[in-house]
Amino acid sequence: MSNRVKLISLAVVCLLAVAGSVSYLLNSRSNQQRAAQAAAPVAQIGLSTVLAEPRIIFRSTAPSDHYGSVAAVALSDPAGPRAFIDTQCDRVYAANQRLLCLSSDRGLVTTYAAKVLAVNGLGSLLNVALAGVPSRARLSRDGQLAATTSFTQGDSYAATSFSTRTVIDRVGGPSLGSLEDFKLIHQGKSIKPVDRNYWGVTFAADDNTFYATVEWANHTWLVRGDLATRTVVTLHEDAECPSLSPDGSQVVYKQRGTLPKGSWRLVSYDLATGTVTPLAETHSLDDQVEWLDNQHVIYGLPRSGNAAAISDVWSVPVDGTGAPTLLIPQAWSPAVVH
Amino acid sequence: MYISVRDRPARSRGAARATSARLAPTVLLLGTVSLLTDVSSESVNAVLPIYLTSVLGLGALAYGFIDGIYQGATALVRILAGWLADRSDRPKWVAVVGYGVSALSRAALLPAHGFAAITSVITLDRLGKGVRTAPRDALIASSTPAHSLGRAFGVHRAMDTAGALIGPLLAFWILLMLPSNYHGVFIVSFAFAIVGFAVLVLFVPDLRTRAARQDDQQPAAIEPASAPSLRLLLDPRLLRLCAGATLLGLLTVGDGFLYLQLTERDSLATKYFPLLYAGSNISYLVLAVPLGRLADRIGRVPVFLGGHLALLGSYLAAGGVLPGAWATLTCLALLGSYYAATDGVLAAIAGQLVPALRASAIATAQTVVSLARFAASIGFGLAWTLLGRSDALHLFTGLLMLAIPVAVWVLPRTRRQVVPAGSAQ
Repeated sequence: MSNRVKLISLAVVCLLAVAGSVSYLLNSRSNQQRAAQAAAPVAQIGLSTVLAEPRIIFRSTAPSDHYGSVAAVALSDPAGPRAFIDTQCDRVYAANQRLLCLSSDRGLVTTYAAKVLAVNGLGSLLNVALAGVPSRARLSRDGQLAATTSFTQGDSYAATSFSTRTVIDRVGGPSLGSLEDFKLIHQGKSIKPVDRNYWGVTFAADDNTFYATVEWANHTWLVRGDLATRTVVTLHEDAECPSLSPDGSQVVYKQRGTLPKGSWRLVSYDLATGTVTPLAETHSLDDQVEWLDNQHVIYGLPRSGNAAAISDVWSVPVDGTGAPTLLIPQAWSPAVVH
Repeated sequence: MYISVRDRPARSRGAARATSARLAPTVLLLGTVSLLTDVSSESVNAVLPIYLTSVLGLGALAYGFIDGIYQGATALVRILAGWLADRSDRPKWVAVVGYGVSALSRAALLPAHGFAAITSVITLDRLGKGVRTAPRDALIASSTPAHSLGRAFGVHRAMDTAGALIGPLLAFWILLMLPSNYHGVFIVSFAFAIVGFAVLVLFVPDLRTRAARQDDQQPAAIEPASAPSLRLLLDPRLLRLCAGATLLGLLTVGDGFLYLQLTERDSLATKYFPLLYAGSNISYLVLAVPLGRLADRIGRVPVFLGGHLALLGSYLAAGGVLPGAWATLTCLALLGSYYAATDGVLAAIAGQLVPALRASAIATAQTVVSLARFAASIGFGLAWTLLGRSDALHLFTGLLMLAIPVAVWVLPRTRRQVVPAGSAQ
């Protein structure tokens, strides 16, 4: 091949590459704009009306200008009109009159933060810098304690796995630090596995007891933690992202069982008897569920295929009976505030 | 002044004469290929965590998407590719396979939806990287006179790192323009990979690395052009290089751990955590060429050792001799100089020791070092847990202080490359 032919070939490849990618980008840009315009307008309601009664706070995934904003619906009419709160969160939780918002600030360098805000999205009460992609967020019922889990991308040579970092903070007080520094008791003995990782905290009403997941050696465990003594004790194997019922009697968590990696089933676990009951939801799901009442849990499920950016909140009974029902369309990361 | 006058006629004739004043075109071409490929791979790597969380769900990350076993597979593939490059004496075509596989893996990201599919695509990319590295470095080594190898590798690594810096910027710019359009990022990434691949296939010369080079001044270079015996890899100098590099590699705390240590002391380091990688990369980019040149002048082994002194300095900076933000800046600058003084320089040393098996020798040295660093990260993780953050770092600092003098003794004494008479300098 002469140099001339080579240069022409390279020019053709460059042209095709540039033309191909630019036309794809422009085309999908106009598609996205058209989809946003064509989308049915979301019915809205005044924020003060919703905040005056029991409500569900969530991240809105309706394809509109409000995509990713925090929104609220009345507990009595979850599929009805929603009120938007002018705050963007990747994950949100709410309790008392507070929001816990995990957000990523995408720019030239993406930074991540967790903030506790007043329920109207104003007034930052606590600001925690996160080292990586936010993953789980929980407030205690009085909104005083905030637990956040984020992924930390480790060492660059062994950058083949991710670890999680779970931190508990107290609003207006010193941080309680990372759970990895807590004492871990397993089968009566204090252990310190090198690869231990914690995620998915849920608080009890006493603001001292909590439940979470610990993993080491590729096995996950449900743990009960005690903030005063900075101790966690393993309770039951194969349990991730527990969520404690309002009456404190049981937790619902994700169980791997014999499913392949990245797939889970929801089960409920009775803390007094240790009975495990699979729930009727058969989709694999990856979320920390929220309790609607003492009989139902709710969770987000992404739609399939290209619509994965839109998710819906579903509800299922915790006794294993019934079937999942759609509770809030185009919503994610729900929190029930009574 | 006199030198540049003398050099001019050669340039005006457009001859690709590799003098010490001029880089071999092959080095610049391979640098371009690496730059484009790194833009391609780093743009995807930068958005992959967010893509996985928003499309596949969060838990996928908790499991780690590639297990340690792939690390071992990559090491094996790397040595195999190095040997194949030497055996066939066609390193360019082995590199073509490696770059091609990585480029295809970008295209495969588009239809890949499940967790397993994404994992295999990433594995494919890693394997491609394993295949291409050694033959590419062998091409650089054989297109460059021995006395300017350090600079050649420096230029290549600087271009490579520039690509790694541009990639994430490009990806986030696309996401800024087209929110949540990850497929857009993958398509642009694929386009860069294809252009890089085209430059490699069309323009990088199909050098026979085994062919004797006059300016190598190594007896082994006059070997007959039959398939060389792998036994040549038992060259005592290569063994010493591997032993010394392993010893130092075993005490190399991964960047991630140092960054985490910095976040303990400097709250800004947490906020700008992703920027820490960019910071050390900028330092690497700036220093790669000057340190490569220095290696040509004062010897490669001393610069390689000096790089580990910089690493030691970065431990001390992260370990608490400086206040917050200064600790972060110093640590990043020193980490970058460590990479600049060791990565390309190691390939330059290995590539000149066994000219008949350049690719295999480079692959062996690189594999040994990456396995040692992998072991080090596990060992450091263990120490971190048993002793606590600071003490683990102090332990590694102390051990590295002891290891450097031992490495001085173990590492081969490469002759300083005398600039051949008649060459401009």
